[in-house]
Amino acid sequence: MLIDFFLHLKAKKLPVSTREFLTLLEALKEHVASNSIDDFYFLARTCLVKDETHYDKFDQAFGEYFKGVQHVPGLDADVPEEWLKMLMKKHLTPEEKAKLEKLGWDKLMEEFKKRLAEQKERHAGGSKWIGTGGSSPFGHGGYHPEGIRIGGESAGNRTAIKVWENREYRNLDDTVELGTRNIKIALRRLRRFAREGAEDELDLDGTIAGTARNAGWLDIKMRPERHNKVKVLLFLDIGGSMDDHIKVCEELFSAAKSEFKHLEYFYFHNCIYDYVWKDNRRRHGERFPLWDVMHKYGEDYKVVVVGDATMSPYEVLQPGGSVEYSNEEAGAVWLQRMLDTWPRAVWLNPEPERLWDYRHSIELIRTIFNSRMFPLTLAGLERAMRELNK
Amino acid sequence: MRFEGTDTYVATPDLMLAVNAAITLQRPLLIKGEPGTGKTMLAEEVAGALGVPLLQWHIKSTTKAQQGLYEYDAVSRLRDSQLGDEKVKDISNYIVKGVLWQAFEQGRPSVILIDEVDKADIEFPNDLLRELDRMEFHVYETRETIRAAVRPIVIITSNNEKELPDAFLRRCFFHYIKFPDKETMARIVDVHFPKLKQNLLREAMEVFFELREVPGMKKKPSTSELLDWLKLLVAEDIPPEALRSKDRKTVVPPLAGALLKNEQDVHLFERLVFMARQNR
Repeated sequence: MLIDFFLHLKAKKLPVSTREFLTLLEALKEHVASNSIDDFYFLARTCLVKDETHYDKFDQAFGEYFKGVQHVPGLDADVPEEWLKMLMKKHLTPEEKAKLEKLGWDKLMEEFKKRLAEQKERHAGGSKWIGTGGSSPFGHGGYHPEGIRIGGESAGNRTAIKVWENREYRNLDDTVELGTRNIKIALRRLRRFAREGAEDELDLDGTIAGTARNAGWLDIKMRPERHNKVKVLLFLDIGGSMDDHIKVCEELFSAAKSEFKHLEYFYFHNCIYDYVWKDNRRRHGERFPLWDVMHKYGEDYKVVVVGDATMSPYEVLQPGGSVEYSNEEAGAVWLQRMLDTWPRAVWLNPEPERLWDYRHSIELIRTIFNSRMFPLTLAGLERAMRELNK
Repeated sequence: MRFEGTDTYVATPDLMLAVNAAITLQRPLLIKGEPGTGKTMLAEEVAGALGVPLLQWHIKSTTKAQQGLYEYDAVSRLRDSQLGDEKVKDISNYIVKGVLWQAFEQGRPSVILIDEVDKADIEFPNDLLRELDRMEFHVYETRETIRAAVRPIVIITSNNEKELPDAFLRRCFFHYIKFPDKETMARIVDVHFPKLKQNLLREAMEVFFELREVPGMKKKPSTSELLDWLKLLVAEDIPPEALRSKDRKTVVPPLAGALLKNEQDVHLFERLVFMARQNR
């Protein structure tokens, strides 16, 4: 029972486990939900999906599965009357309600069922329970038996069907959305707690152990407080093709600034060469030689480069290839030098990952960075942070 | 036992279903959602609605799983031993019961709230797996096993700051509290301010949802902020006309400080208002 559904979810790459599936069956057995597809949808979701970032995937998979079958396996093959009543009530217009009162429920239900049966016969094999297809009695679009409208645009009546058809949780899918809060949480993976500095906290366990060793005479032990001691160096590509990604970069930057105490940032354009700068308006007046930066910030800094890596291959490979001035050494040399100074480094690319293969310069930089290039999405950010923590 | 929402808490059907599934199958329920959507409130309301005691365990970054079971107060015992107190001979005088222990010995159903489980160390949920599964644990100091006669209802909230281990998730029901749509929000407000003037509410909701739509907002105002703001509007007796739509774009709404909690957001908003005024 429902095994196909379970396998379908698995095939759609939802991380569902047998244990959770058994929980769902148990819940069905205990009649936690009534026999409506709405309740079944909510119950299946609460049992099987444990992360809101998977809600969208689940909605899609659920929609696909129950679009293709005639009835929900394990539930009554007949359309439950309660559900029909509920659905009808939800979608009745005022005139229909008036008509309904005239006809009476039972009469109308009879009528309705008859029509439903007709409908099924006429579209043998093709009538579906839910969907946007024209023959479906429960979807959008079409099917107006006198006085009864099912589905459609009556705003405000939210059924679960609408939830999965609208894919309301699309924004929570972690391959898409990046908000400041999400970024902060992803960056938190980089936290490294360490005890450093003045000893101002009572170490209770140490005191007890010390006292026991002292045969009962109190031996107070102190220790420094825990701090997040991770140090981050951020290099941001600015201008040119990066203009499309300003918003996401701003969000990343503001999240990083509030998350790390030891954060230094520099700007560059397209590729990193001899100089970087801190204030984009005064980029030509106030520049920092990369050599100085490399000497100042030790190898315990973790480096995050944000850029689309989209440029002419010459800008990476040739001396003098920079679009701004004549650089003596090629970008690739400088990038390699950076990686030698800071072995913990990643490149975050706001361009979608599927485009990377088509751009030569992205491929080049990715090779230099030893494949440590990640898309600037929540999932990509998490992968990058994991890489930095290795 | 079934939970159907209460007079003071508006629960959507999917939330009610999740709670009832957790009650019926006696598994923990994990609740996530935007800050201020009533995650913590839920446990209080469930306990209230079912008429059972609520035991709260608020998690901090230093909380250890053991503290929920029991703690051995070694320091008191040490002090007593140095003062020659008679109590010192019985170790059970120094066992301090944690929240889970208290719930286990109730002898009747209870609700345990484990609040903000993601604040704790990454190992924290794993350390509680067995205890929540079997509802029993062993006290090494006194060599006894504590077992729950009646399994308590466990509600766990998370703010998503850390990912929870899979093994833990598999044992829970999960529900994500979506940000309420306008209708649900109107019901929520109605529950909190039953006598609110209809036109004030309408104007306020318009302002609120418009504010949430402002692009680039760092901290979007949530339900609890809306409720605070309404409370202020009522207390200050602001007329609905002050929120009227025709000049909404060009005037900062009164008492906006209750909605915007981040100076950057306030600046952003003021800038937008200023620009709108220029374009008029």
